[in-house]
Amino acid sequence: MNEIAVRCENLKKTFQTNSAVHNASVSVQKGEIMALLGPSGCGKTTTLRMIAGFERPDAGRIYVGERLVAGPGCFVPPEQRQVGMVFQNYALFPHMSVSDNVAYGLSRKVDRRACVAETLSLVGLSGTEKRMPHELSGGQQQRVALARALAPKPRVLLLDEPFSGLDEGLRDQLRGDVLQILRQSGATVILVTHNQEEALFLGDRVAVMHDGVVEQVAAPEQLYAQPASRFVAEFMGSAFFLHGVARPNGLETELGFLAQAVNVASGTPIEAATRPDDLTLIADPAGPARILNTIYRGGSYLYEVQLPSGNVVRCEGPHTVRHAAGEAVRIELTPGHGLAHFVRPL
Amino acid sequence: MLIFIASCQTEHFDEHSILSIGSERLKLSGLRSGYWSNQLPTWLLWAAGAAIAVALLLPLFYLIIRAAEAGPAAWQNLWRINTLATLLRTIGLAAAVTLLSGAIAAPLAWLTVRTDVPWRGLWAILAPLPLVFPSYVGAYLLVSLFGPRGLLQQLLEPIWGVERLPEIYGFPGALLTMTLLSYPYMFTSMRAALLRQDPALEEAARSLGDGGVRTFWRVSLPLLRPAIGAGGLLVALYTLRDFGAVAIMRYDTFTRAIYIQYRSFDRSQAALLALLLVGITLLFVWVEARMRLRGRYVQGDTGAVRPQPILHLGWWRWPAFCFCAAVALFSLILPALVLVYWLVRGLLVHETIPALGQAIGHSVLASGLAAIVITLAALPVAILVVRHAGRLSNLLERLTYSAFALPGIVIALALVFFGANHAPWLYQTLPLLILAYGVLFLPQALGVVRASLLQINPSLMEAARSLGKNRWRVLWDITLPLLRPGLWGSLSLIFLTAMKELPATLLLAPIGFSTLATAVWSAVSEAFFAAAAAPALLIVLLSSLPMLFEIIREKGHERNSRPL
Repeated sequence: MNEIAVRCENLKKTFQTNSAVHNASVSVQKGEIMALLGPSGCGKTTTLRMIAGFERPDAGRIYVGERLVAGPGCFVPPEQRQVGMVFQNYALFPHMSVSDNVAYGLSRKVDRRACVAETLSLVGLSGTEKRMPHELSGGQQQRVALARALAPKPRVLLLDEPFSGLDEGLRDQLRGDVLQILRQSGATVILVTHNQEEALFLGDRVAVMHDGVVEQVAAPEQLYAQPASRFVAEFMGSAFFLHGVARPNGLETELGFLAQAVNVASGTPIEAATRPDDLTLIADPAGPARILNTIYRGGSYLYEVQLPSGNVVRCEGPHTVRHAAGEAVRIELTPGHGLAHFVRPL
Repeated sequence: MLIFIASCQTEHFDEHSILSIGSERLKLSGLRSGYWSNQLPTWLLWAAGAAIAVALLLPLFYLIIRAAEAGPAAWQNLWRINTLATLLRTIGLAAAVTLLSGAIAAPLAWLTVRTDVPWRGLWAILAPLPLVFPSYVGAYLLVSLFGPRGLLQQLLEPIWGVERLPEIYGFPGALLTMTLLSYPYMFTSMRAALLRQDPALEEAARSLGDGGVRTFWRVSLPLLRPAIGAGGLLVALYTLRDFGAVAIMRYDTFTRAIYIQYRSFDRSQAALLALLLVGITLLFVWVEARMRLRGRYVQGDTGAVRPQPILHLGWWRWPAFCFCAAVALFSLILPALVLVYWLVRGLLVHETIPALGQAIGHSVLASGLAAIVITLAALPVAILVVRHAGRLSNLLERLTYSAFALPGIVIALALVFFGANHAPWLYQTLPLLILAYGVLFLPQALGVVRASLLQINPSLMEAARSLGKNRWRVLWDITLPLLRPGLWGSLSLIFLTAMKELPATLLLAPIGFSTLATAVWSAVSEAFFAAAAAPALLIVLLSSLPMLFEIIREKGHERNSRPL
């Protein structure tokens, strides 16, 4: 069993305005990168700030390692938690040089200069010691912020929307760089993001939050293949829902029967989370379905297709063949794996 | 909105704060303000805030008590025809000054923004400068120029045998002084509005079939209305509160009547008059605040996309040029020349103020102390307002601005009552004078410090906390160094503003404590015009420093304004 670095139990925090946390429980193992994912206003940043000690939870407990840092009658101020934070705007001290920024959190006992040099070389910024923050590019500022937070060797490193301030092109490259730095430092990391791609790329595990509640904590693959709730399925990749009924050994849907493991009682109305790559479109002038819209996406076509029932599904097709809107087609259900399914509210 | 009024608090016009206030408000609402304190311990902040609130409320509270104690005779006096006449004179002067200022400022603003009048850049720079003359200096210069046995009369007598000029004392002198000194308020606000105006709006009107003149009346002028209203109310407030000019011009408005009553030791009568003045001022402040709110809504934030189209005046350029030149001549160049003349003449006949060195020393002492005390007081208030937004801190902020409703003479009078009756150990001591300065100038210090604090992102403090430093270390390492420009700005602004202050200094300074401002006042009171020149010139030179700072800061700001 791995050592637990951070454990949050039933955190609750309400504001007069917005972004409340109702029930957030998550535990992070030592050396793990946990991505806290959710749409804006879901309470993920508030959760992060409670772990850092900038907000006091209304209820629940937070442990950093074995130590209780927030709970009933207990509140450890941020400076005593050994929790590092990289802010969305980096929050570099504008009146200090790069090396003063990085050295700020180091205790007097360590060799500050050596530690600064080591940390800066880890983030690939050796030689910028004397520069001032405003003389650096956005990506460099981010790495200084990372170095500053890493230098005191925190028990956990928190990253708040680390890439939201950067341009699209730069972002992809920096994600790779940052991931490498984090792996090398061996730090335990919690990062907050609203970008699924980012969470899947960076997170060893991903915690999906919605309306102040952690809905699922799982490895990226599992999250994508086996979403625990309708929200997770919809949020994690453009899923839509096929209506159907559960059978003992599969799902009966309007696109036919799919043999798979079923986790609800036979006969229960269900909705199955389906993605465009789970369907195959076959040209068939006698087919019952009709293409509403054809969207060219470079590597593939995306079709919006109306089924006989009137429901609309999305379906992918190869970029070599174009089917025009209005064409009659046949749709087959070909996922190659079981579909996540949920009891359909009636 | 309120900083706008702050500028009429004294003779100084802090353009930077006015420009920044709108965006501050927006930023404030965007910040997380209710987070767990990363500043000073909260109880300490609130204790400081409460102490400051008490100090601010003291004058008004005491004035009300004192007025309530007034006997029936005083109340009867209040309803006499005399008071009504004072009221009419006060409001009449304010109205006349506002109208005349508008008549000067509107064409000047329009000419410098929208036409090709020769040297328009120069006129735009010169027009706000008369604000460096405190009103009593302006009045002194006008009296010494146009008064009986003044410069003009002495000049004319040998040629045409003129022995008497039309009377300058009274309404004409007060009107002229106040107009020449306060039209810049209207000019600045109208010019800013004209520059912001989107030319597309006028073009839209033209394309919809309106001619040039119709467009002016139906589109251009209504768009300017908020700026005209706001600028006009500033001028009116400035006139209502002014003491120096009306006193030197011997025109009995409320401020002078209060001073006379105070000198005649009928002090509860003075208290009643002061409360009446506070009432009128409050009314103006309220109207001004309403105008500002609406004005912001009308102006929007779009800004002019393209430069303003320039109207070619043709032959009319030259009358327009003469108008601009005449304004600059009468409001700026002539007063400056007269001041230099008196200085030179005084030096030639060795008629200088006997204790100029002492006056400088006293001014520096009182203003320096005021600058330090007021800036220190503004710091906790600013932190509360910015970082602990809530109903209570909002109340404290409004309270700070209450000084806008209290003219200097009223605050001084209230503190005289308080000191004489309840704190004889404070009466006519430096601390009581500093307290008066504090009530008068805290809003300005707060404006500067708050603007500076708003530029510091709270995540900087959080970052420092998460790197293992406690609140006091964070205050020392991060907050104070980043706040330094704001603190220096506040110190220098208060220092220079306090140095010009007249009525409170006159009433509250310790006996024999002559400052530059009171030196000018007493020399002018006895018509020793040459003796007044040296201290007046020093005051004017010092008053121009903040304008210079503003220009330098704007330039520096442009260079360093890269976001972090």
